[in-house]
Amino acid sequence: MTFSGQPLSHESAREHATGEALYTDDLVPRFSNLLHAWPVLAPHAHALVVRLDANAALREPGVAATLTLADVPGEGDSGSNRHDEPLFPSEVTYHSQPVAWVLGDTLEAARLGAARVAVEYRALTPILTIEDAIAAESFHSGPFRMRRSSSDGAADSAIARSPHRIAGQLAIGGQEHFYLETQCSIARFDETGGLLVDSSTQHPSETQEIVARVLGIARHQVSVQCVRMGGAFGGKEVQANPWAAIAALGAWKTKRPVRVRLPRHLDMALTGKRHPFLAKFTVGFDGDGGLRGVDLKLYSDGGWSLDLSDPVLWRALFHCDNAYLIPALDAAGWVCKTHKTSQTAFRGFGGPQGMMVIEDILDRIARTLGLEPARVRERNFYREGDVTHYGQPVKDAARIGRIWTELKQSSDFEARRQAIAGFNAVTPHARRGIAITPVKFGISFTATFFNQAGALVLMYRDGSVQVNHGGTEMGQGLHTKIRQLAADQLGIALDAVRVMPTRTDKVPNTSATAASAGTDLNGAAVVDACRQIQARLVPIAAGLLACDDAAVRFENGMVLGNANSLPLAKVVDHAYRARVPLFAHGCYRTPEIHFDPKTATGKPFHYFAYGAAASEVEIDGFTGEHRILRADLLEDVGNSVSPLVDLGQVEGGFLQGIGWLTVEELLWDAQGRVATAGASTYKLPSWPEMPEVFNVAFLERAAEPGVVFGSKAVGEPPLMLAFSVREAIRDAIAAFGEQGVVELDSPATPERIYRAIEAARASRKAPVSPAAGAVRG
Amino acid sequence: MTSASAGLEFVLNGEPVQESGIAPQTTLLDYIRGRGLTGAKEGCAEGECGACAVLFVKAGLNGAAYQSVNSCLVPLPAVAGQELYTVEALTECGELADPQRAMAERGGSQCGYCTPGFIVSMFAQQQAGHVGRFDPAALGGNLCRCTGYRPIREAMQSLGPPRDTPLRRRLGSAAPAVLPVDYESPAGRFSRPCNLSECLKLAAGDPASRFVAGNTDLGVMTNLRHARFPHLISLEGVPELREFHDGPRCVEIGAGLTLTEIEERWGEAPDFFHDWLRLFASPLIRNRATLGGNLATASPIGDSAPLLLALDAELCIAGPEGERAVPLHSFFPDYRRTSLDRGEVLRSVRIPKPLPAVTHFYKVAKRRVDDISTVAAGISLRFDDSGSIAAARLAFGGVGPVPLRVFEAEDAIVGAHAPDLSRVKEILRRTLHPMSDHRGSSAYRLAMAQSLLDKFFWSTESDRRSNQR
Repeated sequence: MTFSGQPLSHESAREHATGEALYTDDLVPRFSNLLHAWPVLAPHAHALVVRLDANAALREPGVAATLTLADVPGEGDSGSNRHDEPLFPSEVTYHSQPVAWVLGDTLEAARLGAARVAVEYRALTPILTIEDAIAAESFHSGPFRMRRSSSDGAADSAIARSPHRIAGQLAIGGQEHFYLETQCSIARFDETGGLLVDSSTQHPSETQEIVARVLGIARHQVSVQCVRMGGAFGGKEVQANPWAAIAALGAWKTKRPVRVRLPRHLDMALTGKRHPFLAKFTVGFDGDGGLRGVDLKLYSDGGWSLDLSDPVLWRALFHCDNAYLIPALDAAGWVCKTHKTSQTAFRGFGGPQGMMVIEDILDRIARTLGLEPARVRERNFYREGDVTHYGQPVKDAARIGRIWTELKQSSDFEARRQAIAGFNAVTPHARRGIAITPVKFGISFTATFFNQAGALVLMYRDGSVQVNHGGTEMGQGLHTKIRQLAADQLGIALDAVRVMPTRTDKVPNTSATAASAGTDLNGAAVVDACRQIQARLVPIAAGLLACDDAAVRFENGMVLGNANSLPLAKVVDHAYRARVPLFAHGCYRTPEIHFDPKTATGKPFHYFAYGAAASEVEIDGFTGEHRILRADLLEDVGNSVSPLVDLGQVEGGFLQGIGWLTVEELLWDAQGRVATAGASTYKLPSWPEMPEVFNVAFLERAAEPGVVFGSKAVGEPPLMLAFSVREAIRDAIAAFGEQGVVELDSPATPERIYRAIEAARASRKAPVSPAAGAVRG
Repeated sequence: MTSASAGLEFVLNGEPVQESGIAPQTTLLDYIRGRGLTGAKEGCAEGECGACAVLFVKAGLNGAAYQSVNSCLVPLPAVAGQELYTVEALTECGELADPQRAMAERGGSQCGYCTPGFIVSMFAQQQAGHVGRFDPAALGGNLCRCTGYRPIREAMQSLGPPRDTPLRRRLGSAAPAVLPVDYESPAGRFSRPCNLSECLKLAAGDPASRFVAGNTDLGVMTNLRHARFPHLISLEGVPELREFHDGPRCVEIGAGLTLTEIEERWGEAPDFFHDWLRLFASPLIRNRATLGGNLATASPIGDSAPLLLALDAELCIAGPEGERAVPLHSFFPDYRRTSLDRGEVLRSVRIPKPLPAVTHFYKVAKRRVDDISTVAAGISLRFDDSGSIAAARLAFGGVGPVPLRVFEAEDAIVGAHAPDLSRVKEILRRTLHPMSDHRGSSAYRLAMAQSLLDKFFWSTESDRRSNQR
C-alpha cells in the first residue's frame, strides 16, 4: 500500500489532542535553574537613548543579571541582511523597542527588575504613516520597477490612448500573525560546551547564524532546534532571531539556561506584521472592460528595519497581475521607513497586496462600464501562450479558465446571482452580494539561491528510519507529507518512519520553511536520500532473492523479487554486514529558475498555483455588519500528497484571508503604539466568520510534472481566495446604491462598510452628473 | 474565620495537592504548567483564546458538572478546596476521550497549540449532554488560527452521548463545596469568606482589600498590566450573593451568580436574555463572570448595563450600615466609577415585572461573537391599551464615559404610536458625545446609536405586522 495521496491525519494529531505535543516553552519545567528574561521597553516611537543604567535592576530580589550592549562579545545586531536591527539601540526607532534586558529567577523578578532600570531619552519626531513617509521621502528602498509595453507603447501612452480611464487609490491594512504560540527561545550550554538553542523558528539556520554573530563565535558552536511551532505564518521566518539571540547572550553571560518568551501583548507590540500598503493607480481600458494599460505605485509600510520588505515588495510587483494579462504596465514600488514594528513575511508575502489592487481595479472598471464584474475578470484572463510582465510564460494558463468554468457551475453562480438581485429588490435594510475571483500564485523563492534543500535519512538495522530535513513543522503538515513520501519511497510502514525535530546539526545551511515550498523542496530532498539508500540495498536484495536488480521491489516492509520475498530488516542487516552505508544525504535544487532584479525579468517561479472562489455575503444596512452565507472554493493542488492536510491548508488559508480582509484591523495610536496589541482589541476570525455553507474541492487531473508526487504548493495560495468575500461585500454595498463604483479600503470593518453604504445611498439620491454619464458612454 | 493560613489544598487530575508560599496572583495556568502539565497553553493571558482551558467539577442544578474555565484568569488560591482536571487527565488508561479522537481523526488540529483548549471545551459540552445539535457559540471562547474551524465543527458534531468512563462516573457524586479560604504568602493575601457579614467585616478591617468575583476583569489587569493586589476578597463563597428569585413583582438575580448559573436558574428567561448571553461572552467566560462583576467594574462598554437599564433594573447594595437600593441609571457617576462606597458590595440585581412589551439588545462590534462592543444598545417599549407607547427606554454603552439612558429621547418617544424618529435621532446627536478609539470613530458610534434605534423600530414594526397577519 502507498501512503501518499491518502487523507491521513496530521502526524502529531494524537499528541495535539492529548496535550503531549511539546512546544518550545513546554520545555521550561525541565530546567531547574532557568532564568526568565524581560525587556526594558522604550516609551517612545523615536528617541535617542541619552543615559541607561541597568544596574538598578540588580537590586531587585531574584534578578540574576542584566543584558546591555557591553555584554555582547560579537555584534549586537540581529538584522538578517542589512544589519540594521540593533539589539541594544542607541536610537529608539519604534515604540516599546527593548533597550536592555533583565534576567530573573522568576518572570516577576525580571519584570520588576526591568521596571527599576533608569533610562533617559530625548524624544524625536516619529514617522507613523505611509503618507508621512512619502512626504518625508523616508524609504528603506525603492523604487523597484516592472514595466512592459504593448503595441500602444509604454503604460502611459497605452492609458492615454484608451477609450476609458480611471484613477484611484486603495489603502490596504496589515495583519498580525497571531500564531497561537508566541515567540519563544530557550538557550543553554549543552554537555559538550556548545550552545543549544530551542527556538520557535521557521529558519533554524538563520537563527543559528544570528546567534553566532551576536556571540562572535563560529556557527559550528551553535545548534538550533525547532521541535514544532504553534503556528508561524511567516512571523517566525526572521522575527524569531532577536529573541533567540537574547536568550543565547543571557546563557553566555550567566552559564544558565535562559528563556525568552514574549507574552501576547509584547509579541504584538514588538514583532512585525503583514505590510500595510498604499496603492495609487491609473488604468486605461476598453468598452468591454479589457485592460489596456496600468500605472501602479505601491508603497509598503516596512516599519523600522528592512527585514524581508524587499522581497515582499518584489512579490507584490510580481503578483499585481494576478491572473490577468495587463498589456502595458508600469509598476513601481517603495518600502517606506516608519517608526513602527518591522513588517515581515506573512502568508502570501506581498502577493496578496499586489493582487488585491488589480481585483479592486477590475471591479471599478466593471461598475464604471455597467458590466458584470465576473465578465470583466474573465475577459482579462491569461490564455495559453501568454507571458507575464516579468517575461515568464504562464504555464498552464488554461487552468485559470477551466477552474473558473467548473466553479461557476458547481457553485450555481449564475442562478444565485439572479436570486440575489431578487432578494435585494424586495428587502428593505439588507443587501446580498456575490463574487467570484481567481488566484494565480508563483511558487519558488524569488531569491533563486533559497530554492535548495537537504535531508539526512538514517536507516537502522531493524529497517526503521529517522528522517531529518531542513523544513520546520508549524502545523502546515510538512512532517506528515514527508513521512508519507519517505514511507512510500522505501516501501515501509508509516510508523517505521520517524520524522525528527528540525536541527541545524543534522542538515546545515537550510532555507526558511516558507514560500509554500516546504514539501516541494524538502520532500524532494528526502525522496532523493531514500532513493540512494534503496539503490544500495537493491544489489544486496537481488543477491538474496536470486533475481535481477531491476526486479527488486520494496513494499509493505518487505523486499520482493522473483516471486520471493524477505523482510526489509533482513536485507538491511545483510547490507550492514556487507559494509553498505545505511544513511544518505539527499538534496534538491529547483531547476530552471532565475531572475534578474536589474531588468526585472526572468523565470522566478517553478510553476503557478491556481484556484478560484465564489462567495456570497449579506450586509446589515443598519450597522454595516456582514455575514458570509456561502463560499465555494476550487484549488489546484496538483496530485495531493496528503488530501486532509491540503484541505486544512485551503480552508484555514481562506479563513485567515477573510480575517485580514474583514475583522482584523491593526491600528497604531498617535504615539506610535500598537493600539490593538492583544486578543481583546485585535479580533481573529471565529465561528461566525466561517461561511455558513462551505464547499471546498480540488481540481482534478492536475498533476504537476517535475514536483515531488506531482503535487503543488498549497500553503499560501488559498489565502487569496478570500478576495471573493471582499468583492462580494463590495457587490452588496453597490446594491445599496445604483451599482456604482465602491471605494472600500481594507479591512472591510463594519464601520468602513457602513460608510461605503452611506456613499452608495447618497449616489442614489444624487442626480446623475453629466461627467459620470460621459464615463459610462 | 480563623487567621490566615499559608496552605492550599485541592484535587488536581484526581490527586490531592498541597501548596504554600505561592504568590496569590499566580495564575492556575502558570501553576499547572510549572508542574509539567503543559497541555494547557498561554495564548493571550486575557481569557480571549481558550488555549488554557481546564475543567472544574462544579455543582449545577442537576448535580455535579464539568465546567470549562480559562485557567489564565483563575488565581491559584481560588482553587482551594476545588477539583480540577487538565487535558492530560482526559486520556483514560491510554484511551482517547471522544473529543480527542474526533479531533485527531478529522483534521481538527494543525499546529495543535489551541487543540487542548478545544478538547476541554468540547468535553464539557459533551458531558453536559449538548451533543448532536451543535451550537458553535459553545466553543466561541476558543480561537484557532490554522484550521478555519470546519473540521472542528465536524468533530464536535460527531460526538455522541458521553460514554461510561471513570471521569463520567465522577459526576455521580457531589461537586466539592466552596469553603472558606484565608490564604497568605509574602506576596499577598486571598480571602474567601462564606457569609456576607464575614465578607463585609473583612473588607471593613482592611482598607487595602479589594473584592473579586470571577476575576475575568481583575485577572486581565493582573496579567497584562501587572496590577498586584495586597488583599483580594473573593465573593465566590458568599451565599447571600448567590440567590435567585423569580417572583411576581421582580426577578432578583444574585450579583455573585455566574452568567452560566443565571442561565440555568432563570428557566423562564425571555428570548432577549438568551440572545444577550450569547453576545455577552463564551461559556469559558460565562462560567466565571458574574453580573455583579460586570456592573461593578463600571466599564462604559460592559454588555450588561444597557440591557439592564432598558429593563429598569435596580441594584441592592449591602454594606456595613445595612442594605440600600439604587436604580441602575444612577449607579455610574463617572468613567469607571460606581456609587458603591468603600466596603460595600453589590448583592443583587432586581428586574421589575412585568417586563416591557418589547425589549431588544444590540451589540455592534468588529466580530460578531466574543468581542467587546463598539456600541451596545438596550431598547424597550411598554404600550398602553390604545397601542401608544407608554414608556420607552433607550440605553447605550460605548457612546460616553458610562453606560447611559437618554431620557430626553425616551420622552420624545412616549405617547406616540409611531414616534418621529428623526426628532429622536436629533436628540441623540445633540446629547451623545462618543469618543474615537480602536473600536470605532465617534461619528460611527453616534451613527450606530441612531441606526440601532431605526433598526429597533423597523423590526418591532415588522414583528407587529407579521403578528397581525
